Amino acid sequence: MWEFIVGHLNYWLFCVLMMTGLYIVVARGNLVKKIVGLNIFQTAVFMLYISMGKIAGGTAPIFPTDMNVDPNVVYSNPLPHVLILTAIVVGIATTSLGLALVVRIREEYDTIEEEDILHIERDIVTAENQSHGGAMGGRA
Amino acid sequence: MWGLVDLEMLILLTMAIPTLATVGNMVIKHEDYRDTFTFACAAATFLAVLAILAKVGNGSSETLTLFDDLPGLAIAFNVEPLGLLFAIVASGLWILTHIYAIGYMRGNSEKHHARFFACFSFAIAAVMGIAFAANLFTLFVFYELLTLSTYPLVAHKGTDEAKQGARVYLGILIGTSIALFLFAVIWTYDIAGHLDFTPGGILKGKIEGPMVAILLALFAFGIGKAALMPFHRWLPSAMVAPTPVSALLHAVAVVKAGVFTMLKVGVYIFGIDFLAETGASEWLMWLAAFSIIAASVVAMTKDNLKARLAYSTVSQLSYITLGMALATSMGAIGGGMHIAMHAMGKITLFMCAGSIYVATHKTNISQMTGLGRLMPITFGAFLIGALSIIGLPPLGGSWSKWLLIIGSAETGHVIMIAVLMVSSLLNVAYLLPIVAKGFFLSSEDNPPGPIQEAGLFVWLPPAITAFGCLVLFFIAGDIQAFLMPIVGGP
Amino acid sequence: MATSEIQHTALTLHDQLPILQVAIPLLAAPLCVLVGQRHAAWWIAFISSFAAFVISCLLLVQVTDGSYISYEIGGWAPPLGIEYRVDALNAFMLFLVSGIATLILPFASASIGQEVPERNHTLLYSCFLLCLTGLLGVLITGDAFNVFVFLEISSLSTYVLVAQGAYRDKRALTAAYDYLIMGTIGATFFVIGLGFLYMATGTLNMADIAARIAEQGDNRTVRAAFAFILVGMGLKVAIYPLHHWLPNAYTFAPSAITAFLAATATKVAIYVWLRFMFGVFRPDFLFDVYTLQFIILPFGLIAMFAASFVAIFQRDFKRMLAYSSIAQIGYMLLGIGLISATGLTATISHLFNHGITKAALFMGVGALVFYSGSSFYDRLEGRGRTMPWTSAAIVIGGLSLIGVPGTAGFVSKWVLVQAAFEKGWWPIAALIVASSLLAVIYVWRVIETLYLTAPAEGAARREAPLPMLIPLWIAALSCIYFGFDGVFVVDIARTAAEGLLTSPTPLPLLEGN
Repeated sequence: MWEFIVGHLNYWLFCVLMMTGLYIVVARGNLVKKIVGLNIFQTAVFMLYISMGKIAGGTAPIFPTDMNVDPNVVYSNPLPHVLILTAIVVGIATTSLGLALVVRIREEYDTIEEEDILHIERDIVTAENQSHGGAMGGRA
Repeated sequence: MWGLVDLEMLILLTMAIPTLATVGNMVIKHEDYRDTFTFACAAATFLAVLAILAKVGNGSSETLTLFDDLPGLAIAFNVEPLGLLFAIVASGLWILTHIYAIGYMRGNSEKHHARFFACFSFAIAAVMGIAFAANLFTLFVFYELLTLSTYPLVAHKGTDEAKQGARVYLGILIGTSIALFLFAVIWTYDIAGHLDFTPGGILKGKIEGPMVAILLALFAFGIGKAALMPFHRWLPSAMVAPTPVSALLHAVAVVKAGVFTMLKVGVYIFGIDFLAETGASEWLMWLAAFSIIAASVVAMTKDNLKARLAYSTVSQLSYITLGMALATSMGAIGGGMHIAMHAMGKITLFMCAGSIYVATHKTNISQMTGLGRLMPITFGAFLIGALSIIGLPPLGGSWSKWLLIIGSAETGHVIMIAVLMVSSLLNVAYLLPIVAKGFFLSSEDNPPGPIQEAGLFVWLPPAITAFGCLVLFFIAGDIQAFLMPIVGGP
Repeated sequence: MATSEIQHTALTLHDQLPILQVAIPLLAAPLCVLVGQRHAAWWIAFISSFAAFVISCLLLVQVTDGSYISYEIGGWAPPLGIEYRVDALNAFMLFLVSGIATLILPFASASIGQEVPERNHTLLYSCFLLCLTGLLGVLITGDAFNVFVFLEISSLSTYVLVAQGAYRDKRALTAAYDYLIMGTIGATFFVIGLGFLYMATGTLNMADIAARIAEQGDNRTVRAAFAFILVGMGLKVAIYPLHHWLPNAYTFAPSAITAFLAATATKVAIYVWLRFMFGVFRPDFLFDVYTLQFIILPFGLIAMFAASFVAIFQRDFKRMLAYSSIAQIGYMLLGIGLISATGLTATISHLFNHGITKAALFMGVGALVFYSGSSFYDRLEGRGRTMPWTSAAIVIGGLSLIGVPGTAGFVSKWVLVQAAFEKGWWPIAALIVASSLLAVIYVWRVIETLYLTAPAEGAARREAPLPMLIPLWIAALSCIYFGFDGVFVVDIARTAAEGLLTSPTPLPLLEGN
């Protein structure tokens, strides 16, 4: 039992980080903090991938230059690392795009608090209803 | 000369010419040219249908497949007596109605003539498609096209009342057709594997027990255009349309498309024998009987002339449904014949109603007392039309009713004979007083004076159709012989 | 691990089609920016998407018989190398996506000129091409992780495209932000799912994964992978409870972009779903079947009704169409939930038919907005008289959305009802037709507004410019064409569906893997 818990430490951390990130995205009203949460969430996934690439006792998968591979040496699986490089790039792109959007939102709305933005948008919708609501004989 | 044009071409022409008229109406700007062009198209359509009659007689033609929509589903056409009869009636009356519509629309200074005639012509194209459909799928496609193309006609005036009426119209027709009719079509396809109209039906041996009755119910209620109660509300709603629409479409083309579909389904999908064997149509017969009586009673309470005629139509349509539900060959023939007979009678009545409106702008029966002496031709035509609907010789309506009575007697449904009789009495009660009051009573509203008929284009067409009712009486035997093949007769 | 001689016989251009399909728009995207001149950028975008369309046609012709083309990127053999695998299903989708892109671009040239400031045009076309690249890449690849990469390429560019609507309505920004958050969560879930799959099978080639799952059977890791992929892609598909991002994104994005996204993006997500639910997890994996039948199918039904009801009460044409999209996705889910060849045929043909229908409708909205500036119903009154061609095309699209016979929408609904009957589930068949009635109501509100109300005082007859009208009418006429020639779509869809349901061709596995 103890071995199961400690042996899967990486995976436990993955779970905790993932849920933390997700919780921040959902619970925080500040748009920048949401992006931070999203980052944590994605980082958790990186951890998951890298954990599974690790083989007990394995070393870095770099072959000797003379290609004389010793069959007794265990190498870790390099593929997940490669995949995660891609995922990191995607994550950075997402973050930068998200932050750029937040800047634009700040310019237009003068706030980055979700609560305030919703408030402003509700006012816009109310105004629209007043000016366009009559279109369907007042039934809209 | 007709030998040069082959049959397939002719069938396509019956749809192409009205479509051409639609295009013409959208393109041609000058009113007179436009109306003349449409008239030419109407005449050409009628000629094309007559040419088909000359070629095929009461036989059946090869099936002409246009597209294969899905495996087993094709847009295909063929000619068979019932459809040909329907096509002749619709295209022939189109010519008269067109003349009448020109007079009516101009006499009433209605707006948007081009849109009106364009949609009108397109509706005729859809009717031709229904008449010559070789399978249930094709029929369904054109059935929906007919609904869609007549919607702008019902909403024509653009007033709130017209829009409301059009919504009910569309809601019930599209609603029943998609929710029930389409469902039934797909079910049938699932059971039988194809949808071709085949003499003797395609369902025999593939479905049994109460399912037959349920499937029939889906069809009967799904074909909303047949106005079987309780899905009849659209017809009175459609009366907000200009009268030519009520006359041709809602006394002839659209409603007849409904009962025509009903007959087609009864004869070529279920098969009369199969219906008789299973007794699945028993309940439909009773419902039709109820519709006949109930609608007649409602008609009596209506003061608006067009509304009264609309309920009368609901009642008369159920004659045809009854004919199918009787599940005997006499019933089916009687129903088929009633398509023509009722069309001629009812279009006369509607045109008279419109003619009264054009001349005096009166819509209610109570205002028409004494009007007969001012508009003798109109009221004379109305009388003949009414008598034909009631079913008195020597007018066309008497024959189809007679056949239906024979059909009822054959199957031993004495009550149905009684229903038909009572309904005739009710017809007398709601139609004849209009004429009687018009001719024999006088009222302050309509002081005696010089004759004030509406223009020639308005009074002539009902006079012609009234005469047509008379003619139909004498050629009824031929029509019966013409229809015999649909039930496997000689 | 000695590197053997590269066995690469693909020497003619024809053999390189699968990679060109993705590479052309990918390379054209930076070219747009480098050229930096908006007309030139448009031409680059148009020519490259047209080239992609031609390539997709060439590919489609080769695979309609049910065979498939396997292309090894860089000559590395699968499952180690990335494989592009073209079969009837994705060739058909490639055809749809590249076709819609080619159709939308001329429309965009006019519409975007009105809605987005000129300085952004080159960047916008570049993003458009990137989005197209991503979508085509998702479709063509046979490698699970590659799906994620391309998915993110298309998603990131989509967020930018949606945000371009901010010049008309600032809510486009928050819509794009919401979409970004939801989309990223979805994509990350998806990638977690892939991680679990990799854990369980040790491979990323989809055909290979399928073979290995079939070998080792059900276990908890595979189930977890399944659940993550289901939910992650579900977010992108906008299945009913996960649809929150869609209405705002579609409403506030520029018209041309909405038309493109509505016709392609969700469709591609559904494709990924289909590929994973049937191509990777096989229907004999019972967990899959139960999930689809007892969770996805009811959600599909709820979407059909709930979203349609919401659509009825909208005041904005564009927003109404967005909700109608959610409802239509319900039909596709239903087809998936039936788990039969006919059901999948219905889903795949509805992907296509709904794609062209929605493209026509959203382009119609764009053309209306071109002069009236907004798509609220009260701004569209009497447009039937002032913009007759645009309105007529919208009517055709609307009829196809309802599923009136003779239009494309009818064909796929017919097949769907047929599939329900085949299973003997007639109440579901009844629900399908009943929900079509709701479509009648929301479409009819538009038609009444366009035709039965008087145009505003002094409104002159002013038709949308030709670059908008021509694509609009091509889409509208194809709604009718595919309504009468349903065989074309349904045949391909059936081939694709049967391809999904038959067991996969096992790859020549590498020794000692």
